[in-house]
Amino acid sequence: MESVLTIQKLTKTYDNGFVALKGVDLAIRRGEIFALLGPNGAGKTTLIGIVCGLVRASSGKVTVDGFDIAENYRAARRKIGLVPQELSVNVFETVWDSVTFSRGLFGKASDPAHLEKVLRALSLWDKKDSAIRALSGGMKRRVLIAKALAHEPEILFLDEPTAGVDVELRRDMWAMVRNLRENGVTIILTTHYIEEAEDMADRIAVINKGDIILVEDKHKLMRRLGQTRVRIALTAKLEKIPDGLFDRPLTLSPDGTCLAFTQMGESDARDDSLARLLKTLVARGIDFSSVQSTQSSLEDIFIDLVGKSR
Amino acid sequence: MNFHAVRAIYLFELARSRRTLFQSIASPVLSTTLYFVVFGAAIGSRMQPINGVSYGAFIVPGLILLSVLTESVSNASFGIYLPRFTGTIYEILSAPISAFEVLLGFVGAAATKSMILGTIIFLTAQLFVSFDLVHPLWALGFLALISITFALFGFILGLWADGFEKLQIIPLMVISPLTFLGGTFYSIDMLPPLWRKAALFNPIVYLIDAFRWTFFDFASVRPLTSLTMTLAMLVACVAVVVWIFRTGYRLRS
Repeated sequence: MESVLTIQKLTKTYDNGFVALKGVDLAIRRGEIFALLGPNGAGKTTLIGIVCGLVRASSGKVTVDGFDIAENYRAARRKIGLVPQELSVNVFETVWDSVTFSRGLFGKASDPAHLEKVLRALSLWDKKDSAIRALSGGMKRRVLIAKALAHEPEILFLDEPTAGVDVELRRDMWAMVRNLRENGVTIILTTHYIEEAEDMADRIAVINKGDIILVEDKHKLMRRLGQTRVRIALTAKLEKIPDGLFDRPLTLSPDGTCLAFTQMGESDARDDSLARLLKTLVARGIDFSSVQSTQSSLEDIFIDLVGKSR
Repeated sequence: MNFHAVRAIYLFELARSRRTLFQSIASPVLSTTLYFVVFGAAIGSRMQPINGVSYGAFIVPGLILLSVLTESVSNASFGIYLPRFTGTIYEILSAPISAFEVLLGFVGAAATKSMILGTIIFLTAQLFVSFDLVHPLWALGFLALISITFALFGFILGLWADGFEKLQIIPLMVISPLTFLGGTFYSIDMLPPLWRKAALFNPIVYLIDAFRWTFFDFASVRPLTSLTMTLAMLVACVAVVVWIFRTGYRLRS
């Protein structure tokens, strides 16, 4: 699929000697929702900062829809909208003035109809004449999103967009993100809520200590690295696992009352091993009282990956 | 050229002074009025005319510049410091806008405000004393040049400052004293020879002297020398700004 953003051998060393990025390569596909995960200080915000023009790269190349961000910064930046992590907004302005300013700043002629559409989509329309200081934190976050969308960007960066945001706003925000994607906008988000990436993203990258340690389609990742642990509680104690009971590694708890095995892949993968085992147990007259299965989440995968790269 | 962006920044900055109208316009006008009352009407009536100009009229150009210089610096420095302080600068840095366009927006707005302020003080002064304006076009030209130069200086200050204290200390501790000593209330010809020589190291002397020349057609320093000095200050500020944008100083890490 066509890349809308290409990052090649990108490095960043800050003046104090801190190496934030160690040669990052990344290609973002047009129209996808891409989640960038990583612990604090991994380089997420530096990476976004370089692409958006806030931070200077030490070396490497970034192109946005074919435009180099250094040589052709105007064309590149026009395509990008950024929702920063901090609630940085001039609180003395009205919502309307603030979004009008943003649109102008990105070189677009005024278009009240578009701004109205954006504000309505974010439930900000009835607040358009309010000074931003009078709004709640969640509403300020919406204003930041509205500002980023004011110039109709093709790529939207959301840096920790749901940090400190209530459930309702999070739901609204993800509905809006899906809607934007349907309209062809590419979305790149960083988040601490890994379940969000699990729900929303098409592809996932994990960054740690300035290195991208993984980029993969979310479902493939879950299939490849996801696990389901199945435990079967027995009504009577077993001395040992009967021969030929199961064609997979099976474990028996020390007290002999629990059989367990691990299924690889996503939970809904077409794997009938559990059913086969249960049928065998019934056939051999081994009675059981309960069956429990626990899936590993993206969070477990993430913790595992980051732990290994330490 | 991203005209929409320049316009957006320019209008944003002007809107900011509308919100702080008292601080931007009313307060300098009030303090200038007080100077007129004290030095112009009360003390000035006891003073001899200088080169045929009444003392009250003589101090008008200097008083206009006193406000214009400090306000140019304050306005431009706050204009760029505030977004840095609050973090809203991210939007400007991520926008498809060149350094020159950013400068045009911020410095243009600060200089515009200063010129409006200068004009208001000029009109206020008319209420207290009568005076001529011999070279109105030169007056306007100098006012514009000085406003732009000091707005540029303010812009530099706003980038350099890492706290509100530094922002206020320069107009208060440097610009204001140099303007007082630069001949707002006297002609440097009144000074003893040694002090007169020392005063020539104060760049603001040239600004006030030239501006006064546009009003009354007399000067202590040749107007052309003053014009050269003013332009030199402008060039120096531009050079520093160019360096700032080349290196990303205090803007991009």
